[in-house]
This record gives sequence, C-alpha cells and structure tokens, in this order.
Amino acid sequence: MLGRIFTLIYKEMLAVWRDKKSRFVLIVPPILQLMIFAMAATLDVKNVPIAILNRDEGAESYELLQRFHGSPTFSHILYLDSMHEIASAIDNQKAVMVIHIDAQFSRNLRADKTADIQFILDGRKSNTSQIVQGYASSIVNQYNRDFARRVNIPQQNTEIFPRTWYNPNLLYYWFNVPNLSGILTMLIALTVTGLSVARERELGTFDQVLVSPLQPIEILIGKTVPGIIIGLMEGSIIVAAAIWIFQIPFEGSLLLLYLSLFVFVLCIIGVGLFISSLCQTQQQAILGTFVFMTPAVTLSGYATPIENMPDWLQHATVINPLRYYLVIAKGIFLKDMPASIVFENIWPMVLIALFNLTGATWFFRRRLE
Amino acid sequence: MRKENGKWRRIRALMIKEMHQIRRDPSSILICLVLPLILMFIYGYGVSLDIDHLRVGLVLEDTSPDAQSFAQSLTDSRYFDTHIARDRRFFTEEMIRGNIRAVIVIPSYFSSFRNRPENIAPIQVLSDGSEPNTASFAQNYVQGAWSNWLQQESISRDLKGLPLVRAQSRFWYNEELESRYFLIPGSLAIIMTLIGTLLTALVIAREWERGTMEALMSTPVTITELLIGKVVPYFILGMISMFMCVAIAVFYYDIPLRSSILVLGVISGIFLLSALGLGLLISTLARTQFVAAQSAMVAAFLPGFILSGFIFEISSMPLPIQMITTVIPARYFVSSLQTLFLVGNVWSLIIPNALAMLGIGSIFYLAAAHRTVKRLD
Repeated sequence: MLGRIFTLIYKEMLAVWRDKKSRFVLIVPPILQLMIFAMAATLDVKNVPIAILNRDEGAESYELLQRFHGSPTFSHILYLDSMHEIASAIDNQKAVMVIHIDAQFSRNLRADKTADIQFILDGRKSNTSQIVQGYASSIVNQYNRDFARRVNIPQQNTEIFPRTWYNPNLLYYWFNVPNLSGILTMLIALTVTGLSVARERELGTFDQVLVSPLQPIEILIGKTVPGIIIGLMEGSIIVAAAIWIFQIPFEGSLLLLYLSLFVFVLCIIGVGLFISSLCQTQQQAILGTFVFMTPAVTLSGYATPIENMPDWLQHATVINPLRYYLVIAKGIFLKDMPASIVFENIWPMVLIALFNLTGATWFFRRRLE
Repeated sequence: MRKENGKWRRIRALMIKEMHQIRRDPSSILICLVLPLILMFIYGYGVSLDIDHLRVGLVLEDTSPDAQSFAQSLTDSRYFDTHIARDRRFFTEEMIRGNIRAVIVIPSYFSSFRNRPENIAPIQVLSDGSEPNTASFAQNYVQGAWSNWLQQESISRDLKGLPLVRAQSRFWYNEELESRYFLIPGSLAIIMTLIGTLLTALVIAREWERGTMEALMSTPVTITELLIGKVVPYFILGMISMFMCVAIAVFYYDIPLRSSILVLGVISGIFLLSALGLGLLISTLARTQFVAAQSAMVAAFLPGFILSGFIFEISSMPLPIQMITTVIPARYFVSSLQTLFLVGNVWSLIIPNALAMLGIGSIFYLAAAHRTVKRLD
C-alpha cells in the first residue's frame, strides 16, 4: 500500500514539475509577488506632496514653514498664490494637504493671541491624510513649545515620549513579509490540490487512476502529500528570503514556526480537497479557489486589522485559519512569541484542519464510490 | 458592399455563439453576477481603515489627581478602549498576543516632576510595531488626547497663551473620515479587473485547450472580427455587473455619487475595454486554463489590489515600483472612481486618466492581435 501511495505521490510531483508552464507558475509568480508586495503594499506615509498658501509676511510663519521643509515626510512642497488654487490642488491630487496661513498670523503671535492656521486635507485618502495631519500637528506642537520658551510664556512641563516595540522604525515590510509567508503558501497549496483532480478529470486520466488497484483513501493521500510538500517548500523559501534578503529579525523559534506552518498547510489542503471533489472542470476549481482566497485574505487582518470590522464579522473570522497563522508568523518573527501563546493560536487551526480533512475525505470518497 | 455585409454577419454570428455559451456556462454567470456580490460584501464590511476602538493599556504608576485626570481623558475618548493597570508587566504578554496595540505609561514620578518647572513630566507611549499603521494611529490619537487634556488643564490652571498656533483641520469630501467612502469606489476597480480579465482569459484559454479555437480560425473570420466577436458580449456582461455594483454602493452603502452616471459609465467602459484586452492577451499567450488563471491573478488581480492605490498609497512606494504602477490601468481607474464618487467631474484629472487607460488598452489589443496572427501561420 505504501509503495502504491509513494508511486502516486511521485507521479503527482512529476505532473506538476514536467509541465513547463505549470512549473513556471509555481516558481516565478510567488517570488515576483513576494518582492513587489513586500515593497509596494505599504501604508507608510512618505514623500507626500503638500501645498502651502502663506498670506502672512512675518518671520514667524517663515520659521514654521521651514520646519515643514525640514521634515523627511514632506518632500514635495508646492507654493500656492491664492485661495482659488486650494481647491484645484486638492481636486487634482497635486497635494494631500494644503497648509493655509492667513495674513494675521505673525501679528497675532506677537500680540500674544492665538494664531490660527488651517490644514485642508484630501478626504479621498482618509488614512494617509490622517497620518499626514498627525505629522503636521506634531510639527506645530514643537514650534509652539520652542516659541513659548523663547518669549518666556509659562509652559506645561509635560511631554509625550513615543516608542515602538518590535519594529522601532515602523518598517511596513517587517509586517508584510512574515504575513506573505502565510498568504503565498496558501495560494500555492490551494492551487496545487484544488486543481489536480479537476485537471485529471478534464484530461480523462482520472478514470485511469480510478481503475487502478488504488483505494480512494490512497488516491486521497497521493493527492494531498504533494500539496503539503510544495506548500512547505514555498513557505521555507519565503521565510529564508525574509531572514536573508529582507533582513527581518527572527526572534522566536524556527521549530514552532514550522509546526504552525505545517498545521496551517493541512487546513488549506483540506479546503483544496473540498474544491477538488466538488468541481468537474478546472475553470470551476479556479473559481472555487478564488472564492475561498479572497475572503480568507481580506478577513485575516492582513489588508486591514480585524478589530476595525463590525463585531459580527470579527466573530466570523474565527474559522479563518490564515488569521491564526498571521498572528503566529508576526509573533515569532518580531515578538519572540512564547510557546504558550503560539499554542493558543495553533489549536484552533488543528480543529479547522481536522474538520476540513475529515469532511473532505468523506466527501471525496462519496464522490468516487 | 457585399464584403462589408459579410463582415458584420460574421461578427454577429460570433456574438450569438458567444452569448449562447455565456448563457449555458454557469461559471460566466458566477463570475459576473455572484462574485461581484460576494466581493462587494467583503470589501464593504471587511476592509476598513477606521480605528474606532483602539485597545490600549494604561499603566498608572502614579495615582495623583493629575495622572487621574489624564487617564480620565483617555477613558472618555471614543477612540480608545482603555484597560488600566498598575504594573506595565501586566500588559507585556497582551501586547505579544496582539490584544493590546499600545501601552501608555504614566511613571510614578509624573506629578512630582510636574510640580517642578525645571523637569519635564514624561508620558511614555509604547506601541506595537508589528502592525505599523495601527501603531502610527495609536501614537497620533494619544497625542491628540494629550493636547486636548493640556488645553483643559491650562484653562483650569489659568495659564495664559496656550496654544500659540492652533491648527484646524478640515477633511474635504469625506468629513466623517469614513474609509469606506474611498474603499468601496476603489473596490469597483478590482471587481471590474476581475470580471474583465479573468473571464476572458479563462473563456478563450478554454477554446484553445479544447481545440475549438482552431476550428474558428479555419473559417473566413478575420482576427479583428474574432476579437470584436469575443469582446463585445463580455463587455456587455461586464457593464451590467458594473452598474449592479454602483447601485449597491450608492443605495446600500450610501456612498455619495457626485458625478453623473453617464460619465461614470463612459470611464468604466474605457477601463473595462482595457481589462478585456489584457484578458485576451493572457489567453492567447497562455493557451491553458491553469496558466491563464494564474497569469490573470498575477497580471491583473493582484496589481489591481496592491499597485492601484486602492488601499496602499502609490507615492509611498519605492520609485521603481511607482514606475510599474504607471502601466497598470487600474491605477487610473481607482483615482477616477474615487474622484467621480466623492468630488465630481474634475476634468483635469479624469481626462488624462481616461487617455492613459485608452493608450494602455490599445497596446493590449494590438499585442493580442499580433500574437494570434502569428499562430495562424
């Protein structure tokens, strides 16, 4: 029996590997995706174009604006000449923020009155503009403190000291690449298992497998193991790239990461088998894969945090294996997550894997018999 | 004249054939009608950048009235879901779990420092950098809560002159700062990419795989006629699902549509044509459904999601990647959609975007026609 299963696994691996195009699809896109996503999928706010309309002529406003010029966040600064240009700068996305300083600014400051300035922000990009507003406000706060010290206005002697743990420079790819080790592994494992049966059905070779002495359970194992092997290989490549190419600190235990990756891949293989046994054609299998992938990725905390979702949807994400794997991947990479917390996130995946695999087995056998 | 007639007759026949195929194949209906509904639902509820209840830990090592009053201002804020403890070690494990996104520490010497003008009383904000965007927001929100608290304090302590410069922020076109106002229009671009590219790529790759494309090629149909015959039916299908999605966005999610439906339709049509063109090109290059689907994902869906500016800001990307985004039609469509929905007809933005999409789209068609001709020989 073992010999038969081994032969089938060998045949499956060859089927994937011998076809030049499918070999290409397994190797090139994941690596390209890793490189492009790691760098492009960023909510960092850098090089934001801003515009300034300064109707004040005093030295005070000049000094404030110099501080904006000095900030690395704002590298493109456009000067406007009149109020009319504000709308066009924002509308045409020439600037995410317009700083408007009115003609009374310096006079008010010298007279010990509050000097108002306006930040006009592009609400079409609410995330970016809120972060830009945060930077701009901290520049103004710093200016206020320095100005008060200079003219001896009594100040409140308290200050905020921000510090970031686990990722001191807030590099987005430190968040991104560990996450991609889950997402791209999922994509590959799902494609390999989800499509394998459908492709054989279309080519007619599945009937040949069925008339062979192989038991349904043996066919199932033969179809599952290649997906696991390829998935784990993919995951290893990404983890290696994270450590050596992206130089992301790896604080935790490699063993725990592999254990989690293995359980995670089992969950995904279960889904893949479901898709495989349900679908008659490759096209259906591709759609099935897609219909599973999109919600799984969107609702995993990768694109946007789970805690931003409505409550009922947050509860629904407990059946999403990717959600647990992402917590573990980031935890082991960046936070040196202790084994106890890793296991808190592994056991739900174990349950999902058991459910998926037994369900898929039952379903698969029923379809075969 | 007869030749012209023959041409239109052939195109019509091709279209009728395609329509039958669409009607009889459940997966095209699935892609065009069911998938957009699922995606609208997921993007509408699942993707949100609005952080309303940031879970933070507050460590009160100092329990003086001063520290208490700052704590009060945090617990009162609608942005925070504040948990209070005496010891910072209490929160370390919760940070690792990801249950808490930031810890705010008021040290034991806070109030004694505050009463001595030569010292600065510190408030430490430790945020979880494994979620960089949330970490920035946590710091901004704490900063905001702190400034408000200072203002109240200076009123109650009767300190003069604070703040000196007061910045007022106005967020145009989206006053309530709801991220779905720009995420849902952006998601239309992704849905359109998907329908346009995945559908045509799969359908035509299937014809190659089954050999029916060879059969078509042996008829007097020319390449142009073949392309038109393929594109028009799927264009109609795509536009139907586009309008369905717009209706959901406007009536279900209450997104304002500040442009006219006509302009929106024209711009969407231009984009859909380019997406269909990419699908045609992929299918003629790939020839098998497996490879076509994978390529459609890599060349259309993922760039549509990541490189279009839908969630991730293009200007923050490294320069080489910014250059790649200029050849992705979805980039122009996302920017147009956000503007058409939230601002209105800003022609100086819309027209260049439309021209860019037209240009890239025609390259796809030329390349697709070129490849197909070569294979005929």
